[in-house]
Amino acid sequence: MSATSPTAGAGLPAAHSISLTLNGQPRRLEVQPWTTLLDLLREQLQLTGSKKGCDHGQCGACTVLVNGKRINACLSLAVMQDGAEITTVEGLAEDGRLHPLQQAFIERDAFQCGYCTSGQLCSAVGLANEGRAHSRDEIRELMSGNLCRCGAYTNILAAIEDALPACREGGRS
Amino acid sequence: MTPFAYARARQVDEALALRAGHPEARFIAGGTNLLDLMKENVARPGMLIDITGLPLHDVETTADGGLRIGALVSNADLAYHPEVERRYPLLAQAILAGASPQLRNMASTGGNLLQRTRCYYFYDAGVPCNKREPGSGCPARDGLNRIHAILGASDQCIAVHPSDMCVALAALEATVEVAGPAGRRVIDFADFHRLPGDQPQRDNTLEDDELIVAITLPARGFARHHAYLKVRDRASYAFALVSVAAALEREADGRIAEARLALGGVAHKPWRDPRAEDLLRGQPCNAESFGRAADALLQGAQGFAHNDFKIELARRAIVRALEQAASQEGTP
Repeated sequence: MSATSPTAGAGLPAAHSISLTLNGQPRRLEVQPWTTLLDLLREQLQLTGSKKGCDHGQCGACTVLVNGKRINACLSLAVMQDGAEITTVEGLAEDGRLHPLQQAFIERDAFQCGYCTSGQLCSAVGLANEGRAHSRDEIRELMSGNLCRCGAYTNILAAIEDALPACREGGRS
Repeated sequence: MTPFAYARARQVDEALALRAGHPEARFIAGGTNLLDLMKENVARPGMLIDITGLPLHDVETTADGGLRIGALVSNADLAYHPEVERRYPLLAQAILAGASPQLRNMASTGGNLLQRTRCYYFYDAGVPCNKREPGSGCPARDGLNRIHAILGASDQCIAVHPSDMCVALAALEATVEVAGPAGRRVIDFADFHRLPGDQPQRDNTLEDDELIVAITLPARGFARHHAYLKVRDRASYAFALVSVAAALEREADGRIAEARLALGGVAHKPWRDPRAEDLLRGQPCNAESFGRAADALLQGAQGFAHNDFKIELARRAIVRALEQAASQEGTP
């Protein structure tokens, strides 16, 4: 892809074509350079599970998985995700069965209002993929990028602790 | 965000050529700080040059036993790299003390050096700030300055550099390799970031048309005796009020053979003073010798009202970090 003139088109810089795999489906999309991955998901693709909490990378509500790694979708440009494999909360369940972390969040009542939950879930899947959390304190530390205004942390911690063994066995995204 | 053009570079030379042809452009890698600044209208580049496809993702051992880290290695990959964990645990600890797992997955090594201060006034485009708008004034000096500098500040700016990683890199005496139109040059870490003086808009000595390509660590990693102590308002995911990178080598009789001390959260750059380290050489590890080094490192410290507490906090944090480093028995 080469440089595009800032004066192209209707006075705005040109849009770019990108290809990505979104929740297992290949997609080809036109995006403006300034569209964040979060805005692409929510505004263009109607995948509103990922939430816009702070829009500054401070709350974690927009957490999604890019090539298996958790990132803040609000601080990533969609145009920079060309070729990436992206999983949002909408893509965690498989064949009608909830992801072990989703099931554990229900069983442990790990939310009140639910606004942070999709980010908590994607972040916890990323945490499981990383394989670095071996104690409650390590889970707490490595989930600190996800805030919960309701203060459901105790049950979020319990749910993640419950589900980590199943995540390791299943090797789920 | 203000609309901007986007281009992707595959090679360092291509990135530099794009930059040379577009003075309004900025490089982008992880984007975790730049995009945030763009959303706040603090940064308004007319074009972003995506450098994530450049071949700068490797970590390799150098001929003299050091470690050369490509500028695009993510903060997470660097902190968990086996060689960094084994030989430079101070660096791993400092990186993991900063940001969140999501941000560390995105943020690059080079970008970490270039992140900008989190001074409230710098971030608020509606108020004066000499760093953002040279000559407009500094509301922090007489304003809310709890998070601001106690060392090396100027009349024009009392902002601090926010990085944890850079505090460890300063203590380890890393070097920064940069590429520009005139070729490549190497900058000692101590000379990379600068004090605000009368040019607070300049955070560092990198030129606008230059690109960081690598950070190199010397062979000596202080793996046995080191500590990164970070004091902040909450236990995780917060910037440092004061942080200390301490590294020691000890003689057989326990005396200090070599010491490194760097502070974060207190100045416009990681704060280091060789005189404080000289005071430790040949000394026993105890509260007296550590206290003398802390006093030397904090010589000239000055608060601006809300941050007066940082001076005593820093003194105690230095002593504690040195105690932790001295007592620790890490992998040699």
